Amino acid sequence: MSTLALYPEDEKLPRSERFAFNLYLITALVLFLVMMLLGLTMRMSQATWAGVQPTLFYQMLTMHGAGMVGTMSLATTAVMWYFLRKYVHLHVWAFLTNYVLFMLGALLIIGAVFIGGYAGLWTFLYPLPVHSMGIWSVNAAAVFMVGYLLIGVGLLVFYLDAAAGIIRKFGNLGRALGLQWLFGGEINPEHPKAVVASTMVIIANVLGILAGAVVLVMSLINAYFPSESLNALVAKNLIYWFGHMVINATIYMGVIAVYELLPRYTGKPYAVTRVFLWSWAASCVFVIVVFPHHLLMDYAEPRWMLIMGQIVSYGAGFPVFLVTAYGALTNIYRSNIRWKMPSRLLILSMFGWAAGIVPAILDGTIAINKVMHNTQWVPGHFHFYLLLGVLPMVLALMYHVIGNRKQTDEEAVTGKIGLPIYLIGGLIFTLAFLDAGHLSVARRFAVHLPQWLPTDKAGSIGAMLIVLGMLIFAIHIIVGLLRSPGNADTAHPAG
Amino acid sequence: MIFQNEIFFIALVGMGLVALGFIYMIVQAGKPPVTADGAQKHKRSVIVRRWLFGALLVIFIGTSYGTLKQFPEPPQHGPLDAAQIVNVVGHQWSWEMSTNQITAGVPIEFDVTSADVNHGFALYAPDGRIVVQTQAMPGYTNKILYTFDQPGTYMVRCLEYCGLAHHVMETQLSVVANAGGPTS
Repeated sequence: MSTLALYPEDEKLPRSERFAFNLYLITALVLFLVMMLLGLTMRMSQATWAGVQPTLFYQMLTMHGAGMVGTMSLATTAVMWYFLRKYVHLHVWAFLTNYVLFMLGALLIIGAVFIGGYAGLWTFLYPLPVHSMGIWSVNAAAVFMVGYLLIGVGLLVFYLDAAAGIIRKFGNLGRALGLQWLFGGEINPEHPKAVVASTMVIIANVLGILAGAVVLVMSLINAYFPSESLNALVAKNLIYWFGHMVINATIYMGVIAVYELLPRYTGKPYAVTRVFLWSWAASCVFVIVVFPHHLLMDYAEPRWMLIMGQIVSYGAGFPVFLVTAYGALTNIYRSNIRWKMPSRLLILSMFGWAAGIVPAILDGTIAINKVMHNTQWVPGHFHFYLLLGVLPMVLALMYHVIGNRKQTDEEAVTGKIGLPIYLIGGLIFTLAFLDAGHLSVARRFAVHLPQWLPTDKAGSIGAMLIVLGMLIFAIHIIVGLLRSPGNADTAHPAG
Repeated sequence: MIFQNEIFFIALVGMGLVALGFIYMIVQAGKPPVTADGAQKHKRSVIVRRWLFGALLVIFIGTSYGTLKQFPEPPQHGPLDAAQIVNVVGHQWSWEMSTNQITAGVPIEFDVTSADVNHGFALYAPDGRIVVQTQAMPGYTNKILYTFDQPGTYMVRCLEYCGLAHHVMETQLSVVANAGGPTS
């Protein structure tokens, strides 16, 4: 069970581990900022406030998509590692291997996009990467895909090391998930939520990454042996299985920070319950089979898969609302919570996830998808739960860690200025997308119609505020991380 | 009311309710614990969660039944009962359509495919809103069955990114009034 001590002994980072952890967090913060700047530039270009040629716009869109998914994955992997290492033995080399392969993959992707001109988006939907009409070469597409493969291999190394550690400690993945307690028996109150969540992520994301590896290798073969053509629908299924899984895994890795940290700031235990275990077992299945909701407009897709996509999209909302968000809210209820940056960010993250899932579920309804698919409704809902949900989970851990390293009032400054700017910017930015979606504004258009500009302008203003807020966070956190660890806040050893 | 407006309204209400729940709990969070013992508090929490579960379950089942009872996409195998068939082929970066003029008030079948990469075949009404869409995919033909209520000039736009000129891949579709009588 998670501890109530604010900075427990078993969370201290030895020198080598602190180096690796800082490497992850600082890289993630810098990449987040760069990718946000790309996003801001694209929104301003759509609003006609910045002049970006379509060729460059689609390269930036490709980089922004791949970069954000990758960075979110990198950052939440650090969250999972930080907490899971307390319960099972993890090898630092595996953690660092993931980082090195991520960076190598990122370099290849950056080169493919900005040197090779690849602009086939992060979804590399077959056969677009090899059918660019002369805009980029097959080699550029191949380099992009090899970059993905490297990042996928890095994640697999980390997950396999984590799986080995979990199996050594708990016997098998099922027991780590707590399946033995689903139908009865006395639940071990010490069973860590971090282990439950990590196990779910390992099972689901390894499958997703393998699906991605299969379609990437198939696409690479096709790139150099065009006669070996692929079935476009099968390729699309594999790509969305992979893409959906990888980005959703970031939520499930990030939420470990909520389970671990929130009780420390409320001072209330956050015990494992049967409902919690059912929720994670169900989520594990749901997240693996829900990907057809990305193919609702592919009428050729077997009908049972489309129906499954809609039903499971709805079902996936239950664990979010009833267990994680509700559990977090009951944990803070009348707790006399210590309102510090981590606790504020944790509550924001729960709100972002729970509220962001509402437009997502609506879009998962086939009848609604018919008019909302590939409009700006889609970036509206996923930016909502990524910007206001997952990213605050990561930031909460970062602020928590640096809270132990310095004793100044800088946190109050970022809390009073940075957080409101980020929150208001995030709401304006995402609601502008949703507003545009309901007005049928197409997503992924380099140039917008004149009647679409008002939402672009509102979105641009929101994006400016987000970048400003994130800049304040990043500076504060990086400075904090580079300081030597101090002693725990002795005035408040517990929440 | 326009369908998209209804969806936007539902989304805002749903997100607003979530926000209200959070605001209430955040206000309560700063207060000291109530005197009721832990068991009582836990019991109350479980009751609230059961009601929430029940409400969500009713919405879940009701919406699933309501939106899937009549499946929103036509059968893809075999002929459809359409007054007119329009064959559509997506190309980088243009639409090839067997006709650009159709009749309002009668079911129209669009057989949509692609000659190269994935495209999105979306029909925009004269008011600028999407009325229906499907994917145009190489090797597959997706069938839409749609009855246009309003005559006018509709736009076909590509909604699946297909390369450099994706945003200009569009064409017009003229929907003329049914000579047999009023259509709306």
